[in-house]
Amino acid sequence: MSANSHFVSLHGVRKRFDELEVLHGIDLDVDLHQVVCLIGASGSGKSTLLRCINLLEKVDAGTIVVDGERITETKVDVNKLRQKIGIVFQAYNLFPHMTVLQNVTLAPRKALGISRGQAEAHARLLLRQIGLEDKADEFPDRLSGGQQQRVAIVRALATSPKLMLLDEITSALDPQLIGEVLELVRELALAGMTMIIATHEMSFAREVADKICFLDAGVIHEEGTPEQIFSSPREERTREFLHRVIEAGRL
Amino acid sequence: MGQFLHTFFSPLDFLRAVPQVWNGFQLNIELMLFAEALVLVLALLLAIVRGLPGRMAAPFRMLAIAYTDIFRGTPLVLVIFMVLRNGVIALTLVYTAYVTEVYRAGIESVHPSQRMAARSLGLSYTQALRHVVLPQAIRRVVPPLLNDFIGLQKDTALITVIGLTEAVAQANFYSTDYFNYAGLTVAAVFFIILTIPLARFTDHIIKEREKRERAQAI
Repeated sequence: MSANSHFVSLHGVRKRFDELEVLHGIDLDVDLHQVVCLIGASGSGKSTLLRCINLLEKVDAGTIVVDGERITETKVDVNKLRQKIGIVFQAYNLFPHMTVLQNVTLAPRKALGISRGQAEAHARLLLRQIGLEDKADEFPDRLSGGQQQRVAIVRALATSPKLMLLDEITSALDPQLIGEVLELVRELALAGMTMIIATHEMSFAREVADKICFLDAGVIHEEGTPEQIFSSPREERTREFLHRVIEAGRL
Repeated sequence: MGQFLHTFFSPLDFLRAVPQVWNGFQLNIELMLFAEALVLVLALLLAIVRGLPGRMAAPFRMLAIAYTDIFRGTPLVLVIFMVLRNGVIALTLVYTAYVTEVYRAGIESVHPSQRMAARSLGLSYTQALRHVVLPQAIRRVVPPLLNDFIGLQKDTALITVIGLTEAVAQANFYSTDYFNYAGLTVAAVFFIILTIPLARFTDHIIKEREKRERAQAI
């Protein structure tokens, strides 16, 4: 796989849960500094795909290469791998028994072995950048959903990952809180972060993505630039999906 | 009725029995403290073993399950006779089985997404358990844990069956010496005094949590 120059490369990835095959052979390439958005109905396999890339799910077949390393081999150090891949979930999943600062410094301190002072200084810097430095000593339940999700993003950034996976991170938020979270993702994209984003926010995907992949029933049915996918989709299913989304008023 | 009151509540005998029963009660406290410390640690270890993932850990999980099945099912009195006059060991064996289940319920009550979030940050299984799962689990099980400890405190009295001179034994000695059972009342009072603070503390913790959770819901 040394000839592979993509930063992330999936080939023939299959994943089944008991009887149900959720991913039926996914091929996907993501270059460094690229932002790829995965769109598609709920249950199309977007989340599972993201979870396979940081080995939260084990693939049944196919290969995944991240940063030159074939991570679908059995001898891969998953903890090392996950330190360079940040993931953010729909439900934030902050640790409720820890303050914001403790949430953000946990992985740098325990997984990377960075000293507490250094980790806290870095965490405060990150929190300042998103305007939440004054919340550093609060517990997550004192924050709004938007604030919690921004903290979750910063927590994922604290190990300085090379790749970020965002799994429908605005789906659990009140409409008026979505903007602040998307704004942060936009800044990350501008800063050159490589990202794979599963999202239902079509206008955001159109604006921020270099490439859009439309998933349906565990296959990437169509991929292309935002312009091409949203303006002139080739596949009937893509058209249908986008049509439904437009009717739902999300574009 | 008067006879009854005199037998169990005679003020003179009550006061006279206090030092003797207190003498024995110190042994109960000692047993309780040693057993509780051991139970806290051993039960946590067993609960962790029961939760270990993977096929490799299967035999250890089985052993942990067998342990809780056996010692939760065996009456404490039997265990006391079987471990040859060692009260701390008997209490520890039996109560470890109970408390393991309490810890396990706590660990299972932590949503899997918490462990997943920790692992996704690059923490190892052990680190995720130690820093994310256990702190939340233990916080949740403090009330049932204290409840089991109240049970343990009272059950230290059963040690009397192997002839150790704890509070109840001393109370019995008193009753044979003076033909009056006020000593038993004294022992009962000692046990109650010991458990009431723990019971109130448990109530307090539950109330605090309810208050916090209500604040969250708003």
